[in-house]
Amino acid sequence: MSENLLTIQDLKVYFDVKGGLLKRTVAHVKAVDGVNLEIKKGEILGLVGESGCGKTTVGRAILRLLEPTSGAVYFNGNDILNLHRSQLKPLRHDMQIVFQDPFSSLDPRSRIGEIIAEGLRVHGVKDADERRQRVLETLKLVGMNETHMRRFPHEFSGGQRQRIGIARALVLNPSFIVLDEPVSALDVSIQSQVLNLLKDLQKALNLTMLFIAHDMSVVEHVCDRVAVMYLGKVVEISSREELFRNPQHPYTQALMSAIPIPNPKIKRERIILQGDVPSPLNPPKACRFHTRCREAIAMCSEVDPILEDLGNHHFCSCHLRQPTN
Amino acid sequence: MTDEPMLKVENLRTYFFTRGGTVKAVDGVNFEVKRGQVLALVGESGCGKSMTALSIIQLVDKPGKIVEGTVIFDGENLLERNRSQMTEIRGKRISMIFQEPRSSLNPVIRVGKQLDEVLKLHYEDMDKHERRQRVIQLLKDVGIPDPERRANNYPHEMSGGMAQRVMIAMGIACEPELLIADEPTTALDVTIQAQVLDLIRKLRDEMQMAVIFITHDMGVVAEMADDVAVMYAGTIVEHAAVGSLFEEPMHPYTQGLIASIPILGEFKDRLEVIPGTVPSLIDMPPGCRFASRCKARVEHNLEKCLHEEPELLEVREGHQVRCWLYEENA
Repeated sequence: MSENLLTIQDLKVYFDVKGGLLKRTVAHVKAVDGVNLEIKKGEILGLVGESGCGKTTVGRAILRLLEPTSGAVYFNGNDILNLHRSQLKPLRHDMQIVFQDPFSSLDPRSRIGEIIAEGLRVHGVKDADERRQRVLETLKLVGMNETHMRRFPHEFSGGQRQRIGIARALVLNPSFIVLDEPVSALDVSIQSQVLNLLKDLQKALNLTMLFIAHDMSVVEHVCDRVAVMYLGKVVEISSREELFRNPQHPYTQALMSAIPIPNPKIKRERIILQGDVPSPLNPPKACRFHTRCREAIAMCSEVDPILEDLGNHHFCSCHLRQPTN
Repeated sequence: MTDEPMLKVENLRTYFFTRGGTVKAVDGVNFEVKRGQVLALVGESGCGKSMTALSIIQLVDKPGKIVEGTVIFDGENLLERNRSQMTEIRGKRISMIFQEPRSSLNPVIRVGKQLDEVLKLHYEDMDKHERRQRVIQLLKDVGIPDPERRANNYPHEMSGGMAQRVMIAMGIACEPELLIADEPTTALDVTIQAQVLDLIRKLRDEMQMAVIFITHDMGVVAEMADDVAVMYAGTIVEHAAVGSLFEEPMHPYTQGLIASIPILGEFKDRLEVIPGTVPSLIDMPPGCRFASRCKARVEHNLEKCLHEEPELLEVREGHQVRCWLYEENA
């Protein structure tokens, strides 16, 4: 499990902000600003952070659902960002995405069978019987059956719709799936059903996944490795056990301490972050977290820390956390 | 300090009369809240928790109608008040905070002005200058930095957390005796949620408000509540003090709910699940509403659950549960 399926190098995605009379570009929103990530074959990598940190943008950029400003993304050895659109299409069936909102991501006027088969049609499976067969197999994989094929999305609950979204991604037999907040619109009792399903699929199909979420406790239960983002940058990345047992970056620590624990007996010391996340239009200089960090020193507002290995493949970008020895 | 409850809801039923049939959104709910106490109403989407709150302040829209019950607030039945009397009570003595701060604020009016309107409506003797000072003070109380400048902002110029603080400021502007908070932190990031929960707790302590806190998040419940009422398909299935509920959840639904939450720092390879989904509120099956999803019913081979609906009974001091499993204990 050591080979990388996906390698992201110095990925940057800037959005232009137009203004003035001539609608010239007056500023950039640096949604993603130099992200490096590797995803190994067969693993689930979690990407967590609060709204506006750029996690969704990373997910879309690596599938080229939006065009990155610079950087490189290697998928199975292919540099995806330099491929022409026509060269990209044969790769598309291998990389799929599941969206957050199961209510708006399914065409309300198509039957479930058609929704799932659409990808097959686009990718040249011409035989209707074969399409039907593949749709059926995929539905079974996500715990649904033949009777569901002729129904419309509105006839299903949120959890079932999310299963349909997953089936749509799986029908082309991809090796890699981006899951963008796949359970945050679901009730807890349903959420756990979908999380278990994802883990089963990972094992059964040897799938590689990028799991984007804001909920740390959900990420802990699904992912093998976890990357934490803040304002367009990855601030910490490590294996699940290591990150949750021994979080290092002050932001990760604050994020974890902010999660309410469903046990009234446990009273933790809570790190309450002051203020809001700064605007990515004008992020703080040097370490982007220094404006809200309770440990910040003078250096933090002058020099940008780099992501360093603290040992045991635990990477952290903070001046106050240096490798031992 | 009296032990009289601030609010007492008895046998509340709110039905929606639709073409497809009668939706029994709230179907016989009983509870009380004391001064300075936080009651959490917890449950999943569609269980009737928000509708219970809206029924209390009578903001149920058509085709919904409160068909039965009493809501005793400070000794008087609110359901017998007329419209103008309710307007007087709403905002001044009972106020409500909603989930989506941005859709509850008027987008074309500065937030300071919106707060001012609340004060103008309820405090006729306050002059313009006094109101302005009170607005600034309120914004300061809810932790908005630079309140003089922020009062002149429009809602879109504020972040979600900021806008929610303005909503809370509006909610407490008239120092209500009862505050109803409907998922006040669900749309916020966790670090901002922590700030807002802190704020609500502080205000409760300072003003001795009674609070009804509506949420689906058991973590938030554990942190905020004194008492918890768990709702399922329009009824309360379990009601207990927060410690007792988490230590020994009795209703199979509550047990499933607690077990299915991923807990930070307690990695499980597989999470517990509650099979199936909530039955339709239009044609509720006879018997216990949870029966079709209940593992305990199968284990104990209880036939009764499918035919007769259990009552909410006190099976231990202060711990009520609606389940046939505890029939003899009651």
